[in-house]
Amino acid sequence: MFRRLDEKGATLLLKVDGQEIRARDGDTVAAALLAAGIKHIRTTPVSGKPRAPYCLMGVCFDCLVTIDGVGSRQACLVPVREGMSVETQQGKREAGR
Amino acid sequence: MTDLASAYDLAVIGGGPAGLAAASLAARAGLSTVLFDETPGVGGQIYRGITSTPVTNRAVLGEDYWAGAALAAEATASGALIATGATVWSLDPSLQVGVSIAGRARLIHARRIIVATGSLERPFPIPGWTLPGVMTAGAAQTALKAQGLVPSGRTVMAGSGPLLWLLAAQLLRAGAKVEAILDTAPRLNWLRALAHLPDFALSPYWSKGLALLREVKAKVPVIRASSVEAHGDGQLREVVADGRRQPADLLLLHQGVVPNINLAMAAGVEHRWNERQLCFEPMLDQDFGSSVPGIAVAGDGAGIAGGTAAAERGRLAAIAAVRALKPDAAAPDPQAIRQALQREEMGRAFLDWLYRPPVALRQPVGETLACRCEEVTAGQVRHMARIGCEGPNQMKAFLRCGMGPCQGRLCGLTVTELIAAERETSPAEVGYWRLRPPVKPITLGELASLPIAEAERKAVER
Repeated sequence: MFRRLDEKGATLLLKVDGQEIRARDGDTVAAALLAAGIKHIRTTPVSGKPRAPYCLMGVCFDCLVTIDGVGSRQACLVPVREGMSVETQQGKREAGR
Repeated sequence: MTDLASAYDLAVIGGGPAGLAAASLAARAGLSTVLFDETPGVGGQIYRGITSTPVTNRAVLGEDYWAGAALAAEATASGALIATGATVWSLDPSLQVGVSIAGRARLIHARRIIVATGSLERPFPIPGWTLPGVMTAGAAQTALKAQGLVPSGRTVMAGSGPLLWLLAAQLLRAGAKVEAILDTAPRLNWLRALAHLPDFALSPYWSKGLALLREVKAKVPVIRASSVEAHGDGQLREVVADGRRQPADLLLLHQGVVPNINLAMAAGVEHRWNERQLCFEPMLDQDFGSSVPGIAVAGDGAGIAGGTAAAERGRLAAIAAVRALKPDAAAPDPQAIRQALQREEMGRAFLDWLYRPPVALRQPVGETLACRCEEVTAGQVRHMARIGCEGPNQMKAFLRCGMGPCQGRLCGLTVTELIAAERETSPAEVGYWRLRPPVKPITLGELASLPIAEAERKAVER
């Protein structure tokens, strides 16, 4: 859906569900996921339907992911860091997170 | 962030044009000032990524975007403490601010508050609007400004309003292809808009707007549409407008912006329905002071008027704060700023009427989702209203709409309008959610680790 205007600088590595993706310093987690071609990043707790980032400005909460073990973070507000671990959330939020 | 004090003269919430202008003016006048913004950098949405954007070709985003650099530089040099990645989750009438920074929550006090939380895009509830591949136009603009991302597949844009056309021009300049723009502004809007054309013609937006429309229409087919649907199974495949099918990988929706009122409303600020802009807005005096003493609301959060007007409003609110707290300090003459603001606001009525979204795209029917979080359909909301549900707060109890993680931001106006339509009354009568802090989610751990005074502890001990 999205490409980078300039691929230079996309040198950070993060893991999404165990798979490595490249990100650029200055990306938010949501931007890195979009640039990596990840089409949907969660399924909803109500119907289990897939969702992807919608507003990218912190109001829609459709980009919720687990970041470094903390569940339901807004991926569009969290800047990427080297070695960050991102897990997509499938269906109901798991207890204990 | 360890250098955050426990009290300030002024706390500004939101680092867009209003917040930046307010914070720099107040700090220069000698008020101890802190500015909180929840995104990684200042600029708000209009100047998103202004200090860090990877888009170096200035023509892509345009000079109106780059004007934000001066505001950001001014604020940085002003002596105000600028805290980014700082999420304000509560504000109360005693002027206490709850804020989380890097996973740590604090409560700070301020003698004055300027809420500059800006706007968000009006809900665009159409069939399929939750499909991956459907985003807001604002989202695509943010991805371009902040991260240098452009759409790569077949892209269709739909809706109305100045931002839609600006984004189309920016995407084209950045080398993206736009297959079509589905223009949903009803042609009859012209009848209401025409009376305001003379004012608009005098505003700075007239010549800019015309040039923008020409630039986009030369490169992209523009098709009038009264209905838009997103189709696909788990992923957008095609956009259907008035029965015409268009294969697409990305659909960008936009039908104007509305004030982002959650924080101000939760603080107890009185709001009213604006029938021209079809949204709720705070009731304010000429210095943007609200019904809660000490709390002002500036920028588009005070009613939609655009980025340049937002900065002027921020300055006026800051001058009022300086006059109240430090009457001897030198502050600019508000009269000159009021005149500049008036020029900026001229022409808004024309834009509001011209791009007024049609009823069919604001008040969905049947299986179309009104509430994205709790997946409540428009049909369900309408049915509840018909059988006696009188307002949005009762609707929460019946259907859970507005109770998901977005806290009603993406369905609030839709639910109010649907209830008003079914009960044949006005949105002003129906009202809005009763909003309460925390207006952004924080963890129980953060709440539990807030410092507690001895008196507060004793008050609940038995």
